[in-house]
Amino acid sequence: MTTLESAPQQQDDSSFGEPVGKVGDKVFHGLSFGAAALILVVLAAVALFLFAEGLPAFTGDTSELDGDGSFLSYVGPLIFGTIYIACIALLLATPVAIAVALYISHYAPRKLAQTLGYFIDLLAAIPSVVYGLWGISVLAPIMSRSVFPWLRDNLGFIPIFGSDVAIAASGRSTFTVGVVLAVMVLPIITAISREVFLQTPRLHEEASLALGSTRWEMIRQAVLPYGRSGVISGAMLGLGRALGETMAVAIILSPAKGYFWDVLTTQNSNSIAANIALQFPESSGLEVNRLIATGLVLFLITFGVNSIARRVANTGFSGADG
Amino acid sequence: MNLSAPANSRTPDTLNSHDLNEASDPMTDSVSSDVAPSASAEVAIDPNAPVDLPNRIDVSDLHIYYGAFKAVEGVSMTINPQSITALIGPSGCGKSTFLRSLNRMHEVISGAYVEGKVEINGQNLYGPGIDPVAVRRKIGMVFQRPNPFPTMSIADNVLAGKKLNSKRIPKRDAEDLVEKSLRGANLWNEVKDRLDKPGSSLSGGQQQRLCIARAIAVSPDVLLMDEPCSALDPISTLAIEELMLDLKSDYNIVIVTHNMQQAARVSDRTGFFNIEGTGKPGKLIEMDATEKIFSNPAEQATVDYVTGRFG
Repeated sequence: MTTLESAPQQQDDSSFGEPVGKVGDKVFHGLSFGAAALILVVLAAVALFLFAEGLPAFTGDTSELDGDGSFLSYVGPLIFGTIYIACIALLLATPVAIAVALYISHYAPRKLAQTLGYFIDLLAAIPSVVYGLWGISVLAPIMSRSVFPWLRDNLGFIPIFGSDVAIAASGRSTFTVGVVLAVMVLPIITAISREVFLQTPRLHEEASLALGSTRWEMIRQAVLPYGRSGVISGAMLGLGRALGETMAVAIILSPAKGYFWDVLTTQNSNSIAANIALQFPESSGLEVNRLIATGLVLFLITFGVNSIARRVANTGFSGADG
Repeated sequence: MNLSAPANSRTPDTLNSHDLNEASDPMTDSVSSDVAPSASAEVAIDPNAPVDLPNRIDVSDLHIYYGAFKAVEGVSMTINPQSITALIGPSGCGKSTFLRSLNRMHEVISGAYVEGKVEINGQNLYGPGIDPVAVRRKIGMVFQRPNPFPTMSIADNVLAGKKLNSKRIPKRDAEDLVEKSLRGANLWNEVKDRLDKPGSSLSGGQQQRLCIARAIAVSPDVLLMDEPCSALDPISTLAIEELMLDLKSDYNIVIVTHNMQQAARVSDRTGFFNIEGTGKPGKLIEMDATEKIFSNPAEQATVDYVTGRFG
């Protein structure tokens, strides 16, 4: 029993010797704690900056600003534009992403699936300014020439396609931006959906197949219910990216001030991020503070979306046997 | 070691009464009772003789491959309807693969194919133009681990297969089918007040019976069970075994089990699979009345296995 008694006193006990590896543990603990703390510090610093620099937009002399000077009437259309564009992108991207993910996870031969997955990931590696250039020089003309007229003629009963205002001849409208953003968020949603689809327990798939389901019936019965929360959180992450996207929107969109539901015309609500990028070089004084305040609003929106995504991902699936 | 001891000592009385009471057809009566675990050892008729009833499965010279790998070699057997056939053998001997080949479930793994014939009612499951999906609708399967669909309610789980076959089921019919299937799986009394709760809220044994209810809801001709009790405690195992004895008057049941006492308790005939070594194909070594396999098998390998000398 001598070891038990002497161990706490760090005596020269022969059987267990010196305590092991204490220094390494302490250093690593300190490093990892420091890294974790740094994240919080950076986040706090950004929030503090946005708040401190944005505050004058509310408290300062608003008469030097254009319009009626009220912050809400300035930021309102921008919030609308930001969310509207992002939602269009999401509506276009999610079904395609689910289809692609299912094809990779359950239909394609393994070789093809790997190649395809690789190219999808490559989409994410293209810089957004490149997307912007491609959007305005390639996609926008095609859109205005063939897609927009078709949408108006065939889907005109949907209010956002069927307005009396002329179609944007340049193609630089909300819909074009939505398509470009859809391509940009596609990789995120696809990658996450593919992962959850692949994780569908074999047990559930076989349960369905053994009942005599076809591949598609098996997917509906076993794979989609299992992957639902994963797809939702993937879409939310995609939404987060679409909300903050700056360059592609700034390059392609032809913006106007106000709320515009029509997606094919020259009058489009701008997004917060693109508005900051476009206005900042020409702004001074209180205008700068106002732009920073809109940045704070964007920060809060994105923060909200991400926390919802996280909650969905965590509470998602809790079935028997995982 | 007395080979019949496990069966005799561990079989509860309920199993016998069930078995004897359930049998109706005179032919079935004699077939099932003479090999019932602790019933009389006298064999009235030859249990190996093919029974001339619907849904008999005739396997002839079946070879099963996964790509270049030959998993099972040259199996021929007759699986009689209205009886329970057990397949035993050491791990990796191909018995599960063989079971899965009976409803083409092994084809889930890409590259799997077979040579030979599996005939049910004279129709080859592997004949040209036969859709594996159609085969699986006729030959149901219960798996090693209970696998109810976790996002579906108990009732929806039971109806899962039915909904595949027919688009719309009238509400009354659906309710009747749920009750009938759950009663058939001895689960109705335990879940009748919570049919809308998720299937994953049940205990493991209840989940497995739910899976059996789901399998019999589509009225299959054959019920394949792949170690259905290996993830269950003894009480739940007993419940499933009783259920199997109930079900055998309506279904042709084939069960793979690692548990030799279980094979001895429930099955009428037993097939012993073995493998010569890693990478070699599994073979059917011997198939006979369960009593015979466990008391006086013809092959030395079978003796070694059932006496616990290996495997």
